[in-house]
Amino acid sequence: MHFALTVLLLAALLALSWRYLGSYLEAVYSGRVHWLSWVERVVYRLLGVDPGHEQRWREYAVSLVVFSGVSLLLTYGLLRLQGQLPLNPQHLPAVPPLLGWNTAVSFLTNTNWQNYAGETTMSYLSQMAALTVQQFISAAVGIAVAISLVRGLSRTGASTIGNFWVDTVRGCLYVLLPIAFVAGAVYVAQGSVQTLAGPVLIHDVLNGATQLIPRGPVGFMESIKQLGTNGGGFFNANGADPLENPTQLTNLLSVVLLLIIPVALTYTFGKMVGSRRQGLALLAAMGLIFAVWTGFTGYSESQPNPAVAAAGVVAQPQGNMEGKEVRFGVLDSTLYDVASTQTSTGSVDSTPDSYTPMGGFGLLTGMMLGEITPGGDGSGLYTLLLFAIVAVFIGGLMVGRTPEYLGKKIQSREVKLASLGVLVMPVAVLVITGIATALPAGRAGAFNSGPHGFTEILYALTSQANNNGSAFAGLNGNTAFYNLAGGIDMLVGRFGVMFPVLALAGALASKQTVPVSRGTFRTDNATFVVLLLGVILIVGGLTFFPALSLGPLLEQLSHGRFF
Amino acid sequence: MITQLRPAVVLAVGALLLFGLAYPLAGTGVSQLLFPHQADGSLTKNGSTLVGQPWSGPQWFHGRSDPDNPLRLDGVSGASGGSNLGPRSRQLVAAVRAEAAQLRRIGAQPTADLVTSSGSGIDPDITPQDAFAQVPMVSKSTGIPELQLRRLIRTLTVGPELGFLGPSYVDVLQLNSALARLR
Repeated sequence: MHFALTVLLLAALLALSWRYLGSYLEAVYSGRVHWLSWVERVVYRLLGVDPGHEQRWREYAVSLVVFSGVSLLLTYGLLRLQGQLPLNPQHLPAVPPLLGWNTAVSFLTNTNWQNYAGETTMSYLSQMAALTVQQFISAAVGIAVAISLVRGLSRTGASTIGNFWVDTVRGCLYVLLPIAFVAGAVYVAQGSVQTLAGPVLIHDVLNGATQLIPRGPVGFMESIKQLGTNGGGFFNANGADPLENPTQLTNLLSVVLLLIIPVALTYTFGKMVGSRRQGLALLAAMGLIFAVWTGFTGYSESQPNPAVAAAGVVAQPQGNMEGKEVRFGVLDSTLYDVASTQTSTGSVDSTPDSYTPMGGFGLLTGMMLGEITPGGDGSGLYTLLLFAIVAVFIGGLMVGRTPEYLGKKIQSREVKLASLGVLVMPVAVLVITGIATALPAGRAGAFNSGPHGFTEILYALTSQANNNGSAFAGLNGNTAFYNLAGGIDMLVGRFGVMFPVLALAGALASKQTVPVSRGTFRTDNATFVVLLLGVILIVGGLTFFPALSLGPLLEQLSHGRFF
Repeated sequence: MITQLRPAVVLAVGALLLFGLAYPLAGTGVSQLLFPHQADGSLTKNGSTLVGQPWSGPQWFHGRSDPDNPLRLDGVSGASGGSNLGPRSRQLVAAVRAEAAQLRRIGAQPTADLVTSSGSGIDPDITPQDAFAQVPMVSKSTGIPELQLRRLIRTLTVGPELGFLGPSYVDVLQLNSALARLR
């Protein structure tokens, strides 16, 4: 079977990046990488920042907030002014206020939820200077926060957790920029568009069709969209659009790019805390869930589409091809969408709304577990570490001993912060979904009827709270209600987790390390991985089961009924 | 707060210049230099080989059923995207039934790919099996022997890339352009 080879190749590439990119990331954030130090020096001088200055967690958080606020304003301003700015060959007018708000928040928070169609809404300048910029920055900020938490775990009796400006600049310059540039060239070589020349009108004499083919600076946005686990594509169809993701090679490259940093960060973590096995344990938990979900979703999509079968086309050799591209086929399409939903990327190369009920369930639940398998750039690692702290706490309760993680005593403050960080997302999803289904403005958004319509709403708010950005795209999200509610959902899902993480980093850094004894609960073996998986699945499963039963589960059980 | 304002503003503006202008412009320069054909949209005189087109009648090979094919409205650019119809949607049942009936009427066998719409709405490709299913129709209408059409499909079939990545497929525009040359 061809697909098995694809999976093997992917696994091999990820193993390499785990080892070498992971090691490189550690060197970058420890300040041992210098090949762009001349740029760095200029940048720090302009910023007025002393790169040797270390920040306490509150200062780190304030820098993060101020920078995010400025970025949000700048992005919003560019979108609103695009009609007056250059590089707008289609003469597109300003993005409306509420859509501008939703989009600016969306790219700031690494979500890339899109209530617009890129090719008919955004000027080239907006795509480049407003959106692509945030695709770099939001990824670098995510990694910076994760690194500061790992610093908190690895330091002893320290008051500081790093410098926000230095971490962000280094992530952009040493990691994201070089990889994105090389990968961007590969996308274009394969067929992604990259031009500023505007759309082109072509008349086909064979069939008499005239097409206006949209173009733009696509290929180099595509690479950072995946590498930064952003997911916001240039065109409306995102990774399904052949001008964005033209071949099977770019499809696999996309999957690789969106997984490499989150996977490599587990190695970085292990190296920084002085035990690679600790990182490997986290990777094992991530990998197991990812593998099971890929298998389950791929199997579900290999089943015939019930509506197509009901229309009399019973032979569906590949499975459900509605919403999928021929050049990818069913299995490669599901691999891409699973990887994208579980890395908080949210780009799609096949339409989630047209997935089978259980295929859609696979994508939706992949996000509901909290985007930790392996999750987004940085956000995956720090959220998983919150789960790890909850897991050792539960382990400690079971044996009646003060829990420790990596030699740090986990006490009341740490457990509170970790629980807060873990619970923010489900609360945001369920409360806002509840409001949306209670209000006519929320219900009006659903495109499909029956349980599928409810799934569209639930999926949208899950996706935004998890900073994913993929959609059951039938939902009409460009309304006042969804633009506003979605913006709040994304902000809560991003900063509601980041602040507890930074506070936790500060709390952990100041602690002394307890020496390992016979009574220490080990966190680098299979027992811990199983406990961690249990916590992840029980928190995710119990929280969302009632909502899921009204959506995909009900739809799956409605045999023979159409809505 | 105030002391953080300077680095925040300078970094936001600096990032805009570096990642928002220098990066995409350098990328465009490199692309136009090394891969001008791809960077411009893989254009041929009859259209882009990456963008599906509407084909009607028995004399052409048909692509995916992309009823909302956004680019087919003459000269008006729309947005790409799929049907977004769910697996238990009555609308989808009706759409597939109509497409299958249409294909049968002109003498093609409706395959799963031909009656479903794609994720992009502009899928340029079909599988070789989808093409073979249309061979009797095209042969009857154009007078080109079935054997020759089958050979043409096999020559134009690409993939799996690297021998194992994804399925094999045929670009419908290339297939029909070659067909036009045979006439």
